[in-house]
Amino acid sequence: MSNLEVLASAPILVVQLVVNGILVGAIFALVAYGMALVWGVMNIINVAQGELVMVGGYAVFYLDRAGVHPWLGIPIAAVAMYVFGLLLYRGVIRRLVDRDMFVSILATFGISILLQQLANQLFGADIRTLSTNLPSLSFAEGHVSIASIRIVAFAAAVLVGVALVVFLHRSRMGRAIRATAQNARAARVLGIDTDSVYATTFALNCAICGAAGGIVAMTWFVQPYLGLTYTLRSFMIVIAAGLGNLPGVIVAGSGLGVLEEFAGFVLGAEYQTAFIFIVLVALLVGRNLVLARQRKYLA
Amino acid sequence: MIRTQSFVAATLAAAMLGAGCGMANAADEIVLGAAVSLTGKYSVNGKNTQDGYNLAVKVINDKGGVKVGDKQYRLKVVYYDDESTSARGAQLVERLIDQDHVNFILGPYSSALTKAIAPITEKYRVPMVEGNGADRGLFTQGYKYMFAVLNTSDYYLRAAVNILAEEAKKAGRDPKSIKIAIAIENDNFSQDVRDGIVEDAKKYGMQIVVDDKLPADLNDMTATLTKVKALKPDALMISGHEKGAVLGIRQVAQQKVYVPMLALTHCDSAQITEKFGKESDYAFCGSQWDASLTYTDPWFGNSKNYAEMFKKTYNYEPPYQAAESTASVEVFADAIARAGSLDRDKVRDALAKTDLMTFYGPVKFDETGKNVAKSMVMYQVQKEDYVVVAPSKWATAKPIYPAPSWAQRESGTKVGQK
Repeated sequence: MSNLEVLASAPILVVQLVVNGILVGAIFALVAYGMALVWGVMNIINVAQGELVMVGGYAVFYLDRAGVHPWLGIPIAAVAMYVFGLLLYRGVIRRLVDRDMFVSILATFGISILLQQLANQLFGADIRTLSTNLPSLSFAEGHVSIASIRIVAFAAAVLVGVALVVFLHRSRMGRAIRATAQNARAARVLGIDTDSVYATTFALNCAICGAAGGIVAMTWFVQPYLGLTYTLRSFMIVIAAGLGNLPGVIVAGSGLGVLEEFAGFVLGAEYQTAFIFIVLVALLVGRNLVLARQRKYLA
Repeated sequence: MIRTQSFVAATLAAAMLGAGCGMANAADEIVLGAAVSLTGKYSVNGKNTQDGYNLAVKVINDKGGVKVGDKQYRLKVVYYDDESTSARGAQLVERLIDQDHVNFILGPYSSALTKAIAPITEKYRVPMVEGNGADRGLFTQGYKYMFAVLNTSDYYLRAAVNILAEEAKKAGRDPKSIKIAIAIENDNFSQDVRDGIVEDAKKYGMQIVVDDKLPADLNDMTATLTKVKALKPDALMISGHEKGAVLGIRQVAQQKVYVPMLALTHCDSAQITEKFGKESDYAFCGSQWDASLTYTDPWFGNSKNYAEMFKKTYNYEPPYQAAESTASVEVFADAIARAGSLDRDKVRDALAKTDLMTFYGPVKFDETGKNVAKSMVMYQVQKEDYVVVAPSKWATAKPIYPAPSWAQRESGTKVGQK
């Protein structure tokens, strides 16, 4: 019985795949928010995004070891990562803002390798997990199971998304960020301290990654080399949603997640990642065609 | 320079050893060379390997060393750090052979490094006994000078398939009706594990209903597990090093996937009982060795004695990597004694005829250098503790199959406890 037939004969499985996809996609969307922010405002593609998630994960893991419950550990890690982001900005990122994209990719790639290897040296390559002691919810006579932590992650992703949008539209710093994103020179002329805007944006990104890292440690695990997955996925989600489209990020994230689950089920796990990339390419080509017809072009 | 240094060092060492043992004549030495991973990503297991070698040398020397002809020889190991890098490992072994003039070579840690070193020992025709390179690909190259004491990676879960067949027969089921789901990480080791499962499953006529190969960057197996839930196989076998073990236990529990048998590799190094407690119960795990085995040899007694000796000397429980390293040195000691000479080709031929019992298990090599006498150990986690359930001769408990359902596990119903 081929996998498609299995799906057709038990429609409840579709529900499980969709639910899994949305929930998993939301975690990637969380990381994608930060990516979108840094890319949109500073025009930097942060190749170290996944490694920041990894560092956040370790922070929450070690806080848990020290007796701080993960629910408390995540906000603490987020704050610590915010400070870390400020330091990283002052040290490296500040010099990348007005340079071309290749330089920023190279520099952040270097940071990613540094963080990876430091983590390997300091923490060892063993896989670390955080237990949540949260139950798994079951529906439809056990055919659909959801780990509660994933629902928490989804809620967190939605919350952060909403908070970010509100922050960007209502607060002064938020408006300053949007102004800088639109036209940095004009913003400077109007008296906005773009340097502090950039610092805040990057630090915010690190804080979001830190929180995401804690959730990742609770849902899956954390090890020094898990960064690449998150960098790639957040990059894909930002592209799929389109730069500057923050609410679109969670939709794109969940959408990609659902597609991935179906690809894994029907085609087999080995095609899961490949399928997503093919979808992304198709999306970009399609979008370009549509925009070309309308005489607009990709930013 | 190096030759003078190592000559001086060797003389000093021999003198010290001679003085320490109060022997009338300075003992002659057999020098074994080893490049092990003392730094880098394999450093944890590299140290296990080194400690295993050192303990073997110490115990064998204390018990009189190796008798070659009518002279007693002492063993000595010269180490270099290969930094967990294949190129460096190959370089260092070449140096050990060409410049340091060691008699024989002991294997490194990991299949990758063993693969890099084997062509060198083959080129110089120096016998190497290794205990930490399990890849089947090592034995298809026609190497005549490489001998491995451990089971190749395809053996990790074959015992699980055999347990399935036995249990089916006991329950009056035709083994052909058994369905197996396999999920592996797409790397060489796990592919070998999968091939082993598939080969044995074919032998019984079992069906493979899921055969997923997860890409290395995939950290979520929910799509695969949804398939497993839908197809209801009799066993789910997962191999993906520590990551596979961790994901397997965690996500199977989270998604409440019920399979009568869940079999994994690398459970102990992934520390699933510490991480997941009750959720890891009933999982089957493949391993090269266990401290409860009752194989014995004249140097170490049985595995329990070995583990105690090891713990006393190094302050940690010996993992199987240490045990197989110790066994490698034992194999050399036995072969050299039988060859009655230090001539490399004579020792190589003696190695090929090895038929030795060690605390680690029986050792007998086929023409490719594989150890075909030893069987893999299969653990099962019962009440959050590992117990040996196969091979049945050495089992300390009966396997619990099928595992109780999730509902039964939650309500704490005791099922088939010994």
